[in-house]
Amino acid sequence: MKKVFESPKSLTKDPFTYCPGCHHGIAHRLVAEALDEFGVREKTIGVCPVGCSVFAYVFFDCDMICAAHGRAPAVATGIKRAKPDSIVFTYQGDGDLASIGTAEIVHTANRGENITVIFINNAIYGMTGGQMAPTTLVGQVTQTSPYGRDPKTMGYPIKVAEMLSTLKGVAYISRVALSKPAYILKAKKAIRKAFQSQIEGKGFSLVEILSTCPTNWGLSPIEANKWLEENMIPYYPLGEFKTPEEVS
Amino acid sequence: MEEKMLMKGNEAIGEAAIRAGCHFYFGYPITPQSELTAYMAKKLLKMKDAVFVQAESEIAAINMVYGAASTGVRAMTSSSSPGISLKQEGISYIACAELPCVIVNMQRGGPGLGSIQPGQADYFQATKGGGHGDYHLIVLAPSSVQELVDLTMDAFDLADKYTNPAMILGDGLIGQMMEAVEFKERKKINLPDKEGWTLTGCKGREKKYIVPFNLDPYEMEKLNLKIQEKYNKLKEKEVRYETVNLDNADLIIVAYGIVARIAKTVMSNAKKEGINIGLIRPITLFPFPEKIIAETSEKVNKFLVVEMSMGQMVEDVKLAVNGKAEVNFYGRVGGVIPTQSEILTEIKKYLK
Amino acid sequence: MAKILIDEERCKGCELCIPACPKHIMVMAEYFNKKGYHPAKQIKPEECTGCTFCAITCPDVAIEVYK
Ligand SMILES: Cc1ncc(C[n+]2csc(CCOP(=O)(O)OP(=O)(O)O)c2C)c(N)n1
Ligand code: SF4
Ligand code: SF4
Ligand code: SF4
Ligand SMILES: [Mg+2]
Repeated sequence: MKKVFESPKSLTKDPFTYCPGCHHGIAHRLVAEALDEFGVREKTIGVCPVGCSVFAYVFFDCDMICAAHGRAPAVATGIKRAKPDSIVFTYQGDGDLASIGTAEIVHTANRGENITVIFINNAIYGMTGGQMAPTTLVGQVTQTSPYGRDPKTMGYPIKVAEMLSTLKGVAYISRVALSKPAYILKAKKAIRKAFQSQIEGKGFSLVEILSTCPTNWGLSPIEANKWLEENMIPYYPLGEFKTPEEVS
Repeated sequence: MEEKMLMKGNEAIGEAAIRAGCHFYFGYPITPQSELTAYMAKKLLKMKDAVFVQAESEIAAINMVYGAASTGVRAMTSSSSPGISLKQEGISYIACAELPCVIVNMQRGGPGLGSIQPGQADYFQATKGGGHGDYHLIVLAPSSVQELVDLTMDAFDLADKYTNPAMILGDGLIGQMMEAVEFKERKKINLPDKEGWTLTGCKGREKKYIVPFNLDPYEMEKLNLKIQEKYNKLKEKEVRYETVNLDNADLIIVAYGIVARIAKTVMSNAKKEGINIGLIRPITLFPFPEKIIAETSEKVNKFLVVEMSMGQMVEDVKLAVNGKAEVNFYGRVGGVIPTQSEILTEIKKYLK
Repeated sequence: MAKILIDEERCKGCELCIPACPKHIMVMAEYFNKKGYHPAKQIKPEECTGCTFCAITCPDVAIEVYK
């Protein structure tokens, strides 16, 4: 018998410190598989954010740096400009990317920086204990929207993939989910495409990954997957928003 | 061949940085340092393997510096007071990550949006840390365009030597001044190898990471102590200052940067009136030249600290003097430059 | 012929591999691992097709698949 599935080389052996059922682990693995498959682990520099995945530097077996909250795209810009032959990715949560780091992500995308962004949209601030994120759904109860997100005063959830795909400098953007095997296989393809686009020098690529935070959603991992499919996917449609072919 | 050129202060910094091997610049426009950003654009965008990015903000710029510095290249950003405030979180990260880089602050009048005229009110911010946590920058305070050139080059060496961010603390006036400068042939110095910490991809080695945090408080304390060691070394080895006429002085002026130049005019005018003034001009603001000030306070019992602030460096002078002499202060703020006649009048008050 | 290996000490008992298996042969064990979670376990191993669905779903990379 042949081994047909094992932990990718681009992950260390350290067990993840994420909560049971948290999708961060699946997303990490898919990124690591892409690095393995393209054979780029040894020239990759990853940028981890401030958020639950601040510990990503432990889990990825490649050079890593931790950016300040929201600033990963700027740090990645500095790295990629200084070392254009390296493969650079950021791994960011929705508080990190879509709230405090909005300026950095928009302008990094707009400059068409040739980096890959892995964007974990779990509709919440995980690390700080479940506050409202810019991606929190209307009506969703969080610590800072205890009566549900009221769009009148709290705005509507930001659709990052759609918003950024309007920028000309962007080569590849798609939105995927991880709540069932079929989605995970598609997510894997999308992440591969994003890195491929970087390897081919096409410019900025981003994969928005709809993810669960069972702990702060107050749901079991299985219930969380269901909640994601019933509530997030209808608002955040899956699919590709921009592909390299569209870049002239 | 050593060449003399007439250059504006801000452009001279740019030229000095490039000649010091800094080919990576990230900035955001702000008066009174925009000529530096423009100079870097003009030069670096035409150079091979060089990078100029007009960042979306000062926050982004300092974080781009952080990223570039992590790969081992010489990187720089520049701004003026409000923009430097925005960079503080990033600077704290860089200091914690122990990466070298150079930050230029051509100070203007504050607080708030302040004015666009020169100021020195960012002394506390520059020398005491500025951002959160226990860290210091290496702070160099030039008082001529030539010194802007020399200290900019030194700043890169010191930053590399101590793997710590260094700051050129100038002001709006010195940045706008035109003076003849010379780009001298510099002695080759031995700098520590960057190999140990640069992120280059893990080909043929274990992975490396740069993380300016540790959730284990004891480990975080250890890191603090290690960084503190560097500051002790800086205090021991890198203090720089200029002294003029310390012997037999009736009063010692302590001033840095552009104010020290004015003080020199005050000294010669005072001399004509039979008043003997000495000057201590700190060149490194961190590490601060406390020893020479302490020694001088044993001999001269009157000091006057002059700053374009409400009294910031004067606190360090008082600490150094430690009650051994009288320390007075004169300051103008908000972009106002103290005149030599004002300073002389002030001196006379204390020599009555 | 296919088989899976579950690293019981990596498993956090999240149960996500259970609905992922098209053959319905993944269940949770009664006992606890060192971290205090019920680890996943496979019943009727002869029915396993090696489709890897359980493994790709596992957030903790606790499952290896052989075929
Ligand atoms: C400047 C700054 N502000 C606030 C914080 C506190 N903080 C840490 S993580 C976080 C939010 C993380 O949420 P998200 O980016 O969605 O990541 P997740 O934990 O959900 O994966 C915040 C607000 C910080 N570390 N730095
Ligand atoms: S708090 Fe939420 S996002 Fe963070 S590790 Fe736990 S489940 Fe994942
Ligand atoms: S490999 Fe497929 S069939 Fe076998 S246990 Fe896993 S999910 Fe079920
Ligand atoms: S998915 Fe993984 S961690 Fe969760 S129960 Fe199954 S084996 Fe354990
Ligand atoms: Mg989040």
